Amino acid sequence: MYWNEHIECMPIDQMRELQSRRLQDTVFRVYQNVPFYKKKMQEMGIAPEDIRSIEDISLLPFTTKDDLRENYPYGLFASPMSEIIRIHASSGTTGKPTVVGYTRNDITNWSECAARALVCAGADSHSVVQVAYGYGLFTGGLGMHYGVEKLGGSVIPISGGNTKRQIMIMKDFGTTILCCTPSYALYIAEVLEEMGIDPRELNLKSAILGAEPWSEEMRRDIEKKLNILAIDIYGLSEITGPGVSCECDRQVGMHINEDMFYPEIISPDTLKPMADGQNGELVFTTILKEGIPLIRYRTRDITRLNRDVCACGRTSVRMHKVMGRSDDMLIIRGVNVFPTQIESVLDRFPELSLNYIIYVTREKSVDMLEVKVEMSENLYSDEVKEIEKLQQRIAAEIHAVLNINVKVTLVGPKTIERSEGKAKRVVDLRKI
Amino acid sequence: MVIKQISVFVENKQGRLYMLTDVLAREGIDLKAMTIADTMDFGIMRCIVADPDKTLKVIRENNFTASITEVIAVEVPDVPGGLSKVLKILSDASISVEYLYSFVRKHKDNALIIFRVEDPQAAVKVLSEKDVNVLPGEVLYNL
Repeated sequence: MYWNEHIECMPIDQMRELQSRRLQDTVFRVYQNVPFYKKKMQEMGIAPEDIRSIEDISLLPFTTKDDLRENYPYGLFASPMSEIIRIHASSGTTGKPTVVGYTRNDITNWSECAARALVCAGADSHSVVQVAYGYGLFTGGLGMHYGVEKLGGSVIPISGGNTKRQIMIMKDFGTTILCCTPSYALYIAEVLEEMGIDPRELNLKSAILGAEPWSEEMRRDIEKKLNILAIDIYGLSEITGPGVSCECDRQVGMHINEDMFYPEIISPDTLKPMADGQNGELVFTTILKEGIPLIRYRTRDITRLNRDVCACGRTSVRMHKVMGRSDDMLIIRGVNVFPTQIESVLDRFPELSLNYIIYVTREKSVDMLEVKVEMSENLYSDEVKEIEKLQQRIAAEIHAVLNINVKVTLVGPKTIERSEGKAKRVVDLRKI
Repeated sequence: MVIKQISVFVENKQGRLYMLTDVLAREGIDLKAMTIADTMDFGIMRCIVADPDKTLKVIRENNFTASITEVIAVEVPDVPGGLSKVLKILSDASISVEYLYSFVRKHKDNALIIFRVEDPQAAVKVLSEKDVNVLPGEVLYNL
């Protein structure tokens, strides 16, 4: 079953032709409309005419999250605001978010990607899809929502949280497909068990899970506990959102929608392209986007590519499950967290020094974040309630930036272990 | 009449309080009075020592967060109702007490109570007016 057989099973050489044409259009578009790219290309001595086919992509400059920050909020948009119909945002490396804009065509194309992903997971027009990703600036909720509507299934836009209500609706509404983070799926399974509900009483067939790292062991656990097929989906707002790639029911790598997003694997150290099958940093060029096309965007996700034709019949290149990051970004309950964001909050408190360490744990499938920070040598109050208030104020300000709850622990000066060279800021104790 | 008290932040971690007392022992610093307020995550040790400025320096050099807090030392008759009488004077003068704890040693058969109040100068004034003896630092540090 395919959503768009013509594209998803397109012979490779035809796909290369399509990609070449679309890359050329995109390069012309950004050269004309985005001063950032024009300047970069001029500095490198590259003209849009130099890009004759997709093989020429390595001549083009990279784009990083820092470039998005420096052009905050709309500086990299290639369409006038009158044509932008939607704005989303994700965490930036400091206080300011990374902002993306979509034209009507962008929303249509993104919905197409999400529809293909849903069909990969076995959805059709009879499916009842419960979207338990957050709705809002985060792309998860609305991205899958539009995919279900495009497909003609029935979408339940429940968003995240309130697990008992999720379960009641899942049971009463006859949900067939669940969309959420893998850790939330596991948590739902645990609550089901606590409530004494056998998953076989549900109508659930599969779950499309993403927005955070998870292992093959975790997948088997979810599949067993919920009695479903668990499908891995990948996406990031900079490129579009959920549906950049998605597994089929063979569960061997995620099919990249390469008619819209051209992938490369590079070495994060030398920035040189790497051969298929080798692990490196995933780089995407959006070749059909209008609102904010990005050239060779460094995702910082570590993975590898596989160009073998899949047993499902799709010819598209597949990416392996993301194996790590080439920066220090953490994904906590589906939210991207950079240690520098936390640091910028700590910096506002004269009561603290800037020595801190972040502990990540997973308790009952829920990610927990603890920030341990050293105080300065001067104790600003010797009253317990004042110090507890300080802890709460720090936690509240971090919440204002990250939108997640953290536990703040104050410790004495120079009690956090020093590492030689680059400071160790994160201890991830999750067993993923 | 205002006494310098040392306040030290001690995280709730095995051995941390020992490290602090060990620093004091090595430097020959005698704790004349001491109390610890604690929570789930941390405690605050408050103490009276002979040389508060030196002690603060030593403690900070050994990686503790510390400060000097102004408190008063009040002589209270060691009989039922003795403390109550003192608290009434402060209450009538609308001076709130943040915390208090007792001194280890007595002074002329009277108990000594350390008070942390919102306005130490005002507290000294009203207590003295009511003939309650507030001890100066020179007496206290040398007890």
